[in-house]
Amino acid sequence: MSAFVGKYADELIKNAKYIATPGKGILAADESTGTIGKRLSSINVENVEANRQALRELLFTAPGALAYLSGVILFEETLYQKTSDGKPFVDVLVENNVVPGIKVDKGTVDLAGTNGETTTQGFDSLGARCAEYYKAGARFAKWRAVLKIGVTEPSELSIQQNAQGLARYAIICQENGLVPIVEPEILTDGSHDIKKCAAATETVLAAVYKALNDQHVLLEGTLLKPNMVTPGSDSPKVAAEVIAEYTVTALRRTVPPAVPGIVFLSGGQSEEEATVNLDAMNKLEVLKPWTLSFSFGRALQASTLKTWGGKKENVEKAQAGFLARCKANSDASLGTYGGGSAGGVASESLYVKGYKY
Amino acid sequence: MSCYRGKYADELIANAAYIGTPGKGILAADESTGTIGKRLSSINVENVENNRRALRELLFCTPGCLQYLSGVILFEETLYQSTAAGKPFVDVLKEGGVLPGIKVDKGTVELAGTNGETTTQGLDGLGARCAKYYEAGARFAKWRAVLKIGPNEPSQLAINENANGLARYAIICQENGLVPIVEPEILVDGPHDINKCADVTERVLAACYKALNDHKVLLEGTLLKPNMVTPGSDAEKVTPEVIAEYTVRALQRTMPPAVPAVVFLSGGQSEEQATVNLNAMNKLQTKKPWSLSFSFGRALQQSTLKAWGGKEENVKAAQEAFLTRCKANSEATLGKYQGSSTLVEGASESLHVKDYKY
Repeated sequence: MSAFVGKYADELIKNAKYIATPGKGILAADESTGTIGKRLSSINVENVEANRQALRELLFTAPGALAYLSGVILFEETLYQKTSDGKPFVDVLVENNVVPGIKVDKGTVDLAGTNGETTTQGFDSLGARCAEYYKAGARFAKWRAVLKIGVTEPSELSIQQNAQGLARYAIICQENGLVPIVEPEILTDGSHDIKKCAAATETVLAAVYKALNDQHVLLEGTLLKPNMVTPGSDSPKVAAEVIAEYTVTALRRTVPPAVPGIVFLSGGQSEEEATVNLDAMNKLEVLKPWTLSFSFGRALQASTLKTWGGKKENVEKAQAGFLARCKANSDASLGTYGGGSAGGVASESLYVKGYKY
Repeated sequence: MSCYRGKYADELIANAAYIGTPGKGILAADESTGTIGKRLSSINVENVENNRRALRELLFCTPGCLQYLSGVILFEETLYQSTAAGKPFVDVLKEGGVLPGIKVDKGTVELAGTNGETTTQGLDGLGARCAKYYEAGARFAKWRAVLKIGPNEPSQLAINENANGLARYAIICQENGLVPIVEPEILVDGPHDINKCADVTERVLAACYKALNDHKVLLEGTLLKPNMVTPGSDAEKVTPEVIAEYTVRALQRTMPPAVPAVVFLSGGQSEEQATVNLNAMNKLQTKKPWSLSFSFGRALQQSTLKAWGGKEENVKAAQEAFLTRCKANSEATLGKYQGSSTLVEGASESLHVKDYKY
């Protein structure tokens, strides 16, 4: 076959399939030090290691929450951190059947001559780094490619560079035992309508899957983390059912069935919006040969963060809020979300223009 | 969305879905005048229009066969022919619930500088021709791209040229109301094993679907006609279950679910082999979001042709042979084929012709 089948092939297939378990999803807790700093400062908490550790401990030890998660993406620092009792976070996750993942890209850089388009860096010694992360207990990885919609964007250069980058990252992961999550995020920024987003998403995903094939990536051992197909941030909103229809159509046109699961990014949607949209997709009566679940960062943590405010006495309440969002999204991944776990913050838009993290 | 939605979009989607109806498949009866000549001469029948017409009448008017077919691919001449009683073939098919299709390519030409690789011609004036065929009752089209496996084949040039040609043909068809059957045939010739065939098939199909996306083809209004994934003609055979596994996996890795159906070519397999392999695929318990059916030429007609021998008195026996194959393949699309306890003459005969051109 045209796919590279190395020594980790069976494990990759098994892990990818597990992460795609219906009813479970991924917590994206891989904010870099700079980005988590912004979160912490929004609740007046100092950006020091102990506080970063405390936040992640709050999340990973929230009673009952891990049952709804199949994976957690970590930043490198967090992969080696422990609970205040001294238990490695990796062990906490693994003991609760949650697969630890690791962010391996090193952020974006501008593509000269384009209108602010970017490519993602992180290839240098990527193989060796993946091998180290595998030893530390990671079993999947994440790499974020970013594209934007504009008058002449995404350009052919941007599409090609980001697709090839994702494919190269993916095969290096697979050589080293990590299931690559392939994330070609098309930002919502702009005044375009949902059709324009659909066109861009289909074009980008087609390029990504061609690149993955070119580079011999074993699709059964990968996951996709795309944006949902929505109107631009400056455009009138549409119903969740419309988002579901356009998104699933785009995926049906581009994602081969060999891919076991699709885990959406939330991209600035409020917690409730993201859940409701995911739920609508799973309610859609159309053939979907991959599971549709979540890989949410802000859309799982925003209200939890606010409730915590950095104070020990708020931990229990914050954890209860986090559990509620985990369960809501678990329901949404089964198409059984009834709504109603939204507090004030859960409906707050998390959109930040030109989002970088 | 990134695809073209013209005035025929809904019709294309409905027709493509209909052709993929479980229990039905396609009879490829689009042999060009030259090719049908070879068939006729193999049973000592003269290659004149009336004989070509008589053969197709024998097939299309076989009592009870049309229920097993969702489409028949015709050569241009046949599209305008009628039964001996004067009924247009197109009407015979339509009344039997069968969509008429039309071969629109004009054969292959060699790619200079390659080792006998080819591209397919026929794009000139294709739009106008499709519009005319639509007027004549055709609702789908077929265009055969050919690739081969060798030490350096298929080359990137051959893959790109053929994928691009298929995509260009496909969008022109859709502009004119015809569902394009996308056929990237990788010839079985060679000593390579099934892994090599799988590798090539996956790369070729990936290139095809990228090209279709580039050209804004509406996938829901297309069909795929690929080779099955098998060992080369000079290599050791494998079981139908292995063929099924490798073939379906190749499709899982490359074919988006938006495509409603796959209609396999038989590529030189005997009638029985082709049916048994198709059956094995439909029995396979795995993700198959598209239906798996047939678009057989030789593998539907071989024993029928032999039984006919060009003689009026043999028509009934020939039609029985044809009905048997249609029913067998219909069952195979449902994974219900039990096999033939008594195969008629010709059903097990390999139909492989080296470096097949037609």
